[in-house]
This record gives sequence, structure tokens and C-alpha cells, in this order.
Amino acid sequence: MIAFLSDFTIQNVVVGAMLLGIISGVLGSFAVLRKQSLLGDTLSHAALPGICIGFLVAGSRSLPFLLGGALLTGAAAALVVLMLGRTTRLKTDASLGIALSVFFALGIVLLTMIQSTGNAAQGGLESFLFGQAAAILRSDLYVMGAITALAVILVGLLWKEFKLVTFDPQFAATLGLPVLALDVLLTTMIALAVVVGLQMVGVVLMAAMIIAPAVAARQWTDRLGTMVGLAAFFGMAAGVFGALVSATARGLATGPLIVIAISVLVLASLLLAPQRGIVWEALRQYENRKHLRARQVLSTLYRLAAEHNDPAYRAEQGMIDAYHGFGTHAALKRLEDRALVTQTRHAPETTAHWKLTQAGIAAAQADRTENGEDHA
Amino acid sequence: MMDQLHEPGLAVHVEDLTVSYQSKPVLWDIDFDIPPGVMAAIVGPNGAGKSTLIKSILDLVKPTAGHVTIHGLPYRQQRRRVGYVPQRSSVDWDFPTTALDVVTMGLYGQLGWIRRPGRKEKERARAALEQVGMLDFADRQISQLSGGQQQRVFIARALVQEADVYFLDEPMAGVDATTERAIVRLLHGLRDSGKTVIVVHHDLQTVRNYFDWLVILNVRVIAQGPVSEVYTADNLRRAYGGQIALLDHSAQLAE
Repeated sequence: MIAFLSDFTIQNVVVGAMLLGIISGVLGSFAVLRKQSLLGDTLSHAALPGICIGFLVAGSRSLPFLLGGALLTGAAAALVVLMLGRTTRLKTDASLGIALSVFFALGIVLLTMIQSTGNAAQGGLESFLFGQAAAILRSDLYVMGAITALAVILVGLLWKEFKLVTFDPQFAATLGLPVLALDVLLTTMIALAVVVGLQMVGVVLMAAMIIAPAVAARQWTDRLGTMVGLAAFFGMAAGVFGALVSATARGLATGPLIVIAISVLVLASLLLAPQRGIVWEALRQYENRKHLRARQVLSTLYRLAAEHNDPAYRAEQGMIDAYHGFGTHAALKRLEDRALVTQTRHAPETTAHWKLTQAGIAAAQADRTENGEDHA
Repeated sequence: MMDQLHEPGLAVHVEDLTVSYQSKPVLWDIDFDIPPGVMAAIVGPNGAGKSTLIKSILDLVKPTAGHVTIHGLPYRQQRRRVGYVPQRSSVDWDFPTTALDVVTMGLYGQLGWIRRPGRKEKERARAALEQVGMLDFADRQISQLSGGQQQRVFIARALVQEADVYFLDEPMAGVDATTERAIVRLLHGLRDSGKTVIVVHHDLQTVRNYFDWLVILNVRVIAQGPVSEVYTADNLRRAYGGQIALLDHSAQLAE
């Protein structure tokens, strides 16, 4: 294990994955809350033509050129989306979709062109499609680390401004905040996060890194600060997990493993988080339904007793079942536990019969008053 | 040098204001004035441009023509004296934050860049929550509040700004009768302490009970002035045109 962790490449990959997790978790939280989940997707796909242009300009696989190009075309795509929104009636999702496909198509055209030239230096430009973590160098980590530190510091300094612009941009504008500038700054930082992730997970899967940690974190908390911290932690944990698992065997791709790990976290959070989790919600609904059924059955017994002018009227269970269209045994048992009904016999019939207790009559009457029904 | 004051005697002065979306005018040549210390309603049919009027006064929508002054100076120089309560539906209430935090946001402008709200700001926010009767809900996640409670949190966020002129966009929409009464009492209190309160209002039947100043709008200004003079069947008919069912009842009230 020690030898395993001291492996230089693995160290690089683990640290790189951690940095990616932090920056995408922090900035993704704002993107998701601003309903701009798709923005990450557009920015990352739009990075591909930039990578190719950077390669063509530099004439080799020089990382600063590639990432610089990625940032430029990402920004161009964001600008296109902004212009489409301001000058046409297109909805944001349509604008994002258009920018995404146009820029990605352009990127694929450039990529195949470069590959067909047989330039020996083009080696592995297509690895930016799905990422190639093992190719990360120590010097790349310094760039990634600097970008991540910058993003975290900026979010820390402009915390209340970003929060207000995300929650209520119009009110922010009336306070005199430069909403457009803050918008551009956040979008630029998301583009930077995408650039950080390009080598690791590639342009196609990068959107998952922006969206997933934030969505998972939102499930567990109702505080923005906790959400951002948790998203960074989830992103980091998934990154480390993917990096380590891919190191255990040949042929396991790091980037997709990271994305799968964070997706599992999202699924677990959607299902299990207290308050917002689907499982607990379903349980609460089940409890409510059981409670409601018991009340309905109690009310039926009350009306039967009233119609027969006999407070101790013994209703046959089969009849109550037929009336409600579902098995009422469980509901009757619950009512019995609360001493609202008792089980009796009605000779010569051998089937189960039920009648209201004094407490049951009182409870049914209270319920009817509450529902505004007249006293039959 | 101080800019020359333009119509300093008026809380709000709007001149020649025109707003258009994609070359279709939403507001056309609006001239109106609101004196200080009144509680004014802006009423008009759907699509009359009521919200747009407030937004263009607050510089949220760029007018094609015209200008606005608040107590004699352009809005940009008077931000601190203006409080704004947007429509409740304009934000996502599932945002991860508390009622107290939302109210504290009203102080972000005064805090300036980078500085975080401290104990003093929290205290002021608490006081504002208490004013609207929501102190018990200070630490509640905002999605767990009812519509009326959310509206009161929004009003508290404007109160904490300690402004002189308040703009409220449909604060009574979708709130229960008790909350509506509480909001009206609060706004009357503001007016009685010399503030100017301007409300986009949708319920013609309560205009005369709640307000003392009225602007009737339908793309143009149909009428403006004290409620007692402006709230007439004729003016309402000119603004609401075909919406007779709504009109008849209110017109009876007006006559």
C-alpha cells in the first residue's frame, strides 16, 4: 500500500482528482442554484475547438496553449449564449443547446483534421474527449492548484455578493451590485473549473463534475455554506476514489470512474438524505396513508352505527372491506390498538365483527366536526 | 458638485418614461408624481405595465426614453433611500438559506464589498423580523414558510434598509386575509412616520380602504391623484375596458 501510494503517477492523479473535486464542487453549487447546470456542459463541450486551435497555434501538445484555447472558446460560447438570450426570444436551455452542439461539432471537425495530417506530435489530442488522468504531470498540478486556490479565495471574499446574485439578482441590482459583472465572473470561474477538469475527465463527462457534487450536497443541508463545503468534499472523495480504483488494475479509466463514483453519491443522496430523500418522503406518505385509512374506517363504522341507530352496532369486516375497496384489517387493528374499536362476534356468523368503543364514537364525532360534516 | 435638484418636493417624479420590449411599447409616455408621505397604489389590468413601471424606476429595466427622480435626484444617487419588495414568485424559495439570512441581505448594500454581516447586522435583521411578526421563524429554511410568511420576510428585508421610499410589487398577492391585514397595518405605520409607500395592487375593491393616492395605468397613465378624486367609475372603465365583470362591482363601489 505504501509503495502503491508513493508511485509518482498515482500521486499526481490523486492530487489532480482532489483539486478537480474541490473546484467543481464549489463552483458547481452556484451553477446549480442559478439553474445553470447546463452551462457547465456547454462550456466543457465548447472547450474542444479551443484545444485544437491551441494545438494548431503552438504546433505541439503544449498544455498552456491547449488550456488557454479551451478557456477562450468556452468564453466565446458563453458570450453566444448571453447574446442569444438578450437579442432573441430563445429560452436559455435552447441557447445553451445550440452553443453546445455548434462548438462541439466545430471541435470534432478540427480534431479529425489534425489527426488526418499525421502530425506525430498530435499524439493523444483525442484523450481530451474522455480524459487521460495518467498523462498528468507534476507541473500541470501547479496550474490546477493555482486555479483552484484562486476560485476558492474569490468565492470566500465575494461570498455574500455571489449568494445574493444567485438568490435574487433583481434585488441585488437595486442595492447597486454590478450583477452583470458578477455573472461574468462566476461564468468565467466555471469555465476555469472546466479547464481544470479537461485532462482528468474530458470534455464529454466534465458536466457531471459541475452538477453532481452540488446536487448531492443540496440534499443534505439547508445552508449555502454547508452545501458548498459538502459539494467540495463529495467531489474530492469521488476524485480520490476514482483515482485509486483505476490504479488497482490496467484498463480502468480514471475519469469515467470518478464520474460513476459521484453519480453513486448523487443516487444515494437523492434516496436517503433526511428531509429531502425519496425514501423518507415515501415512508412519510405511507404513514400518512395508513393514518388516513384508519380515519376513513372509523368514520364508516360511525355512519353505519348512526344509520342503524345503534351505538354498539356490530359491522362485519367483509362489509367494511367491500365498502372501502381495500383490506381494512390493518386499519382496524390500528384502531383497536388505540382502543377506538373492539372485535366482537355476531352469532350465528363466525366472521370477524367490529364495533366502536365510547372513545371511538367521540373520536369519530370530533373528526366529523373538524371536517365540517353535519352530525348525522 | 451636487447635482441640481429636480422637483425636490416630490418623493417620485417620472417624466416622459417609455419602455418597449422588442419595439412593442409596454409603457408609453408616462408622466406621474407621487408626493412624500402617501401610500399610493398603482392599479391597472393585466399587461398594463405595472411591474415594468416599478422596475424601470429602479433601473432594472432600461427605458427607451424619459427620466426619473427620487426626492429630487436620479435613482442611482438615491439607492440608499429606496427599498424594494419584488414579487414573491421572482425567486426560488428552495434556495438553501434561512429567513434571518434573507432579511440580512437588505443590508448588503450598506456593508460594502467583502465585509461580512456581523452581530450588529444580525440584530437589525432580527428587529425587522420582529416588526413583521416573524421573529419566531428566524432560523427556518425559507421553503418551509407559507406564502404569507415568505412575503413578510421579503418586507422585512426592505424594512431593514430604513429607506424613505418603498416600492412593493403585489405584496398582497396570494396571502391569507390575516397576513394582508398585518401587511397593510405595517405599511400604514411606515406612511404615518413620513415614508412614501408605493404598491402595485391588483384588488380594486380594497383600494379605497388601503390607499390615499392612486395611479391608474394601462400602458399610459389613465389618471393619478388622491384616491377620493381619481377612483371613479369613468376612470376605471377607461383603464379596464372590456373586463366588465371585474369592473361593474368596483364601479358600484366607486359611485
